[in-house]
Amino acid sequence: MSLLEAHGIYGGYGGVDVLNGVDLAVDDGRIVVVIGPNGAGKSTAMKAIFGLIRVRAGRVRFAGEDITNARPDQLVPKGMSYVPQERNVFPSLTVQENLDMGAYIRADDYSAELEQVFEIFPLLRERRRQPAGQMSGGERQMVAIGRALMVRPRLLLLDEPTAGLSPRLIDLIFERILAINALGIGVLMVEQNARKALGFAHRGYVLVTGANRCEDTGPNLLANPEVAEMFLGG
Amino acid sequence: MELGGLLTFLVFFLTLAGIYAVMSLGLNVQWGFSGQFNIGIAGFWAVGSYTAAILTTGPSAFHLGGFGLHFVVGLVVAGALSALLALLVGLLCLNLRTDYLAIATIGIGEIVRLALKNEDWLTNGVRGIPGIPRPFAEHGRDLQQLLFLGVVLLTIVIVYLALERARRAPWGRVQRAIRENEPATMAAGKNVLRYRLEAFVLGSAIMGVGGALYAHFVGFISPEAFDPLFTTFVVWVMLIAGGSGNNRGALLGAFLIWAVWSGTQFATAYLPVELTARAGALRVLLVGILLQVILLARPQGLLPEHRPRPIPARSKEPVRRRA
Amino acid sequence: MTELLQLVLFGVVLGGIIALGAVGVSLIFGILRFANFAHGDMMTLGAYLALVVVGPLALPMYLAFPLALAATAAVVVAIDQVLFRRLRRTAPVILLISSFGVALILRSAIQLVWGPDNVVYSSAIQLPWRFAGLRIRPDHVTILAITLGLVALLHLFLQRTRMGKAMRAMSDDPDLARITGIDTERVVIWTWITGGALAAAAGIFLGMDTRLNPLLGWNVLLPVFAAALLGGIGKPYGAIAGGFVIGIATEVSTMFMAPVYKPAVAFALIVILLIIRPTGLMRGK
Repeated sequence: MSLLEAHGIYGGYGGVDVLNGVDLAVDDGRIVVVIGPNGAGKSTAMKAIFGLIRVRAGRVRFAGEDITNARPDQLVPKGMSYVPQERNVFPSLTVQENLDMGAYIRADDYSAELEQVFEIFPLLRERRRQPAGQMSGGERQMVAIGRALMVRPRLLLLDEPTAGLSPRLIDLIFERILAINALGIGVLMVEQNARKALGFAHRGYVLVTGANRCEDTGPNLLANPEVAEMFLGG
Repeated sequence: MELGGLLTFLVFFLTLAGIYAVMSLGLNVQWGFSGQFNIGIAGFWAVGSYTAAILTTGPSAFHLGGFGLHFVVGLVVAGALSALLALLVGLLCLNLRTDYLAIATIGIGEIVRLALKNEDWLTNGVRGIPGIPRPFAEHGRDLQQLLFLGVVLLTIVIVYLALERARRAPWGRVQRAIRENEPATMAAGKNVLRYRLEAFVLGSAIMGVGGALYAHFVGFISPEAFDPLFTTFVVWVMLIAGGSGNNRGALLGAFLIWAVWSGTQFATAYLPVELTARAGALRVLLVGILLQVILLARPQGLLPEHRPRPIPARSKEPVRRRA
Repeated sequence: MTELLQLVLFGVVLGGIIALGAVGVSLIFGILRFANFAHGDMMTLGAYLALVVVGPLALPMYLAFPLALAATAAVVVAIDQVLFRRLRRTAPVILLISSFGVALILRSAIQLVWGPDNVVYSSAIQLPWRFAGLRIRPDHVTILAITLGLVALLHLFLQRTRMGKAMRAMSDDPDLARITGIDTERVVIWTWITGGALAAAAGIFLGMDTRLNPLLGWNVLLPVFAAALLGGIGKPYGAIAGGFVIGIATEVSTMFMAPVYKPAVAFALIVILLIIRPTGLMRGK
């Protein structure tokens, strides 16, 4: 049984379905990458899993529990954390305060997690008093992911974590994601930088117009000529 | 001609309700058609009333007057001056978001009232302007009241028909488009500011005319009469209750809420004398609660907004030539 | 020159009062995303609740003050839970209209109980202190001191406490706050507690400075909104600065204009501001 299972998800915006029967699964501690052309519904699928978009039909299970259409603030205590693609930090709060908000639901001492985040992203330790809104795109991404880690999640949902970043930063972020995964935290990631992401993914899904097109291990998908030709740009 | 007491009351009620109906129609142009939040109705109402008063009264040592013009002239100029005020305000403020526009219009309402209280040479300040002529006064009291009711009803009919035409015309459709999706309408090349200004000015002109009618109805006005409570607030409740975006809703809301308001006046009239001073507050309280109930239960009002009918499919029959 | 300084002094006192109101409006706008037209009447409510404690209960003002703040906060939270909460999902304008209605409900309820006439907390006449050719009443000193104290407390609350940071976070981005797992309904309640308490303080001070009557708060609503706009709507610290600017400008304006036009000053400032810089002096929303 997988940590996260989504079966036959239908849903979308304003009554129009973007997702037409999506299936996804993430095993405990694994990295799963979702790729596909623009408008395929990748981000939508993630939002549907996290309760930000209404699931019209289908089921989502987390650690065996049915969480279909549960609200985000119900899912965070269960061990799921989500990093949106845009507007993913609190701009007027400092780095430290952003991390504090990540730990908001915790009643206990979270200094261990804080330390861990600073080890994963040493830059944040230096800049802890800087307002997050004044940071560059890559730095903000680190704050956003760091914020999501503060709650000690079992599964991290990342929506295009490397969007708009330079090649050097893309590599850095991916490398840090691997480090996070090495701690035992599962990762479900939507990515445009498909080639690089599939390189280290345990499993990859290709979504096209809101439905599954194919799925395989990351390296196998990379080697698949159809996938390579149609979806892998760079 | 003698009217029974009940009939007199009915005429009185209908006339005042009718004046409020004119106001509601004006607000509907601003809010219902084009989504502009005007909380300064009191100001435009007052401008209309004072204009009519100043233009139609005789000479006076206490305020500007002595023109002695016909009341219809008063109505027209009242509407025009209100429109002018709206134009100035609009040019300054109409680019603003709803909340900001609301704040700005409160300011307008308050400044107008302050000016009316303070500029004694113009308005006689807090003492007000008495002796505003009642049209058709030469026909005796009862007939005068009936004829004036007729004037008010005629005004309603004219304004209603004009607004209905406007609503169905391209102008009305653009207003609705702006209200529902301003960026798209702008992208389609429409000068949004000009349309919003037109709606704002038109609505205010109507309010000015209503204000003039009010002045002739009560015969005496002072700044107290334009308390936002009995003007701005009541008209808003009327439009919301009746159905904003719908001209018939505006009319319905005016008569209905005025009935409720008058009803509460009756109810509190039975209270012991010491409490009548508080009775006014109680009535406002009740209407305020009524507004909340409406907002919670049926914010769209009694009569829903007109939705455009779908364009019917083209007929498959060949075009017939005229014989 | 002395006359100018005297007016500035009056302006600082008035400014502090307006600032307290404006901070509440700004917090509420930032977190709840609507302009609370009932804020002035919430100030009036606070003033009259203090009157209850000082009058019939015959307790001193330093006890009445915290009691009135707590009671006002409770009423304001109740209004939100009964009314505004159900309207949160509807169009924002509905909330605006509703708050306008709440303003009138509060005002008329107060008038119902206490009547329309002016009342005072105490009829004792205060002799002003004099220094350097300026006059200041002891009450004014109290008002200023406690205002500064409240501002300091607010600062500590927003910067040092978990709930304060959560309020700032939600003001930045309510969606992200929800995603982070923050209990947004609790934040909303604390926002009303803060806004309501500050409004009550402002109302009490206004009553101390002048007199109480049911229109007390409504009369300063426009300056309060002006201050919030000036400071950048949604920015509480800006609202404080805005309050002092409006207060001083209003008082100093009496050197060139009839005092009856004082409210027009705030309005004129709003209009000028909105024309030249719609986002306010400090970058707001």
